[in-house]
Amino acid sequence: MDRAAIIGIGMTKIEKNKVRDTFADMVWEAVNSALDDAGMTINDIDNVITTSSDFWDGRTISCMAVGDASGAAHKNVSCVEGDGTYGAFYGMTRSLSGSYKTTLVTGHSKGSQSVSSLITNSAFDPIYERELGMDMITACAMQANSYMHRTKTTPEQMAMVSVKNHGNAFKNPVAQLPMKISVDDVLKSEMIADPLHKLDCSPVSDGCCAIIIAHESVAAKFKQKPVWVKGVSFCADSFFFGDRDISRAKSLTRAAKNAYAMAGINDPKSEIDVAEIYDAFTYQELMWLEEMGLANDAAAGKLLEKGEFNMEGRLPVNASGGLLSGHPVIAAGLYSMSEVVKQIRGDAGEHQVKKAKTGLVQGVNGLGGQSHCVWILDKDK
Amino acid sequence: MSDKFKGIEPMVYNSKINVPYSWWAGDTATKFFISLRDEKKIIAPRCTGCKKIFLPPRKVCPECFNENTEWVNVSDEGTVQSYTIARRHLESIPKNKKVPVIWGLIKLDGADTALLHYLDDVRPEDVKIGMRVKAVFADSRKGTIRDISHFQPVKSRV
Repeated sequence: MDRAAIIGIGMTKIEKNKVRDTFADMVWEAVNSALDDAGMTINDIDNVITTSSDFWDGRTISCMAVGDASGAAHKNVSCVEGDGTYGAFYGMTRSLSGSYKTTLVTGHSKGSQSVSSLITNSAFDPIYERELGMDMITACAMQANSYMHRTKTTPEQMAMVSVKNHGNAFKNPVAQLPMKISVDDVLKSEMIADPLHKLDCSPVSDGCCAIIIAHESVAAKFKQKPVWVKGVSFCADSFFFGDRDISRAKSLTRAAKNAYAMAGINDPKSEIDVAEIYDAFTYQELMWLEEMGLANDAAAGKLLEKGEFNMEGRLPVNASGGLLSGHPVIAAGLYSMSEVVKQIRGDAGEHQVKKAKTGLVQGVNGLGGQSHCVWILDKDK
Repeated sequence: MSDKFKGIEPMVYNSKINVPYSWWAGDTATKFFISLRDEKKIIAPRCTGCKKIFLPPRKVCPECFNENTEWVNVSDEGTVQSYTIARRHLESIPKNKKVPVIWGLIKLDGADTALLHYLDDVRPEDVKIGMRVKAVFADSRKGTIRDISHFQPVKSRV
């Protein structure tokens, strides 16, 4: 199979409320930053994928609001609604298609401009479920109870994820919420929906991230060191909550296995050096690690206590501060990809981890992780 | 970097999308809702291939890609697979519900998949995974999922 590489990244600072920026302003900043990073001009871009959500943006065909700012005029531009990693997946297939060589992928969202509880309530089935009034937080709280019941993971272990990631965020200049907090602070923060306290939940955020994906034939043509896509897989589970064992993420396990096989990884625990995991809620970091085979079943909480997922640990997880420290929905997965690209290039500055040859990125969409996209990125082709 | 808003007040434009929709529920959901409304009975379709019984009802088996054509009665009693308790009145919660609001994922006896609904007539601290619950039907039923008012703990039989 032909190969693809990420040859440029750009992102805005993640903020609580970018009242001074429109969607297009954020996209303009991130796209120009990605072009500079790659040493490209907009004329070097063959086609464009935007990742955005009409519901979050409050308009139909939300990609059209950012077409000018992403240089899409006269090019093939298409929109993916879902996590940024899904936009990147589509972008990569275009770069590999033979029709295009370079794809610009953007992802933007401004959680501050709407009401996330109402937006995520509309993810529920309109006939059977929506009027019961659940949203993303209550759906994930239900999943957290189920996961804790099965694995005996404790509220204290979950709180430690929040402590670790908010602490890591101090070293990441684009993170929204660096915080020095204790396990006790998390457990004493407002209980929003049992078992999730306020500090178990990611914040409302604004931001845009852009990446450039190139076919191998042009990957070395520009300024930047290419970071190679070694493996990638995208799997979805049943839409209805009650069809799944929500204490598990079957589609994530499958996506991870596919991605490892494609990348030739036999023992992910020892072969992955650094990971950005979708920690929209504290329990998710632990649950996703287990479901991807990066921790034994029901063991992630204990490994976290031992420091294995700290910056200096066996597998640094969310060295950027993760989504708990800034969660621009939709753009989130592209931020995670960019973070791992920076780590592999050795460009992560203060939050650079020691060894970062092979990295893993996970993107999520849907209630309680209905679908997952797993990427294995590598320094070597 | 010069401040592009120096001397200028950043303007915010307020809007609200309010578009009415009338979704056709489809023949599968319609059959289910009419049974709730008129007979206070919970019915569910069964896949002719894998024999699984699906709640909420749906027309196509997600595993077999078969059309589900058989209908069966399922019990109004079941087991709580998971739950959560909202302590804050989140914007998505209907105005007529007071917090704490408890939702459960309930696997009714006879069904293979679980249904989301309210748990009530129970203290929040008494809700447990594995507890047995029973449907309480609404007095006024209109052919919606809220024709079941909520699920309550099964009273111990004497």
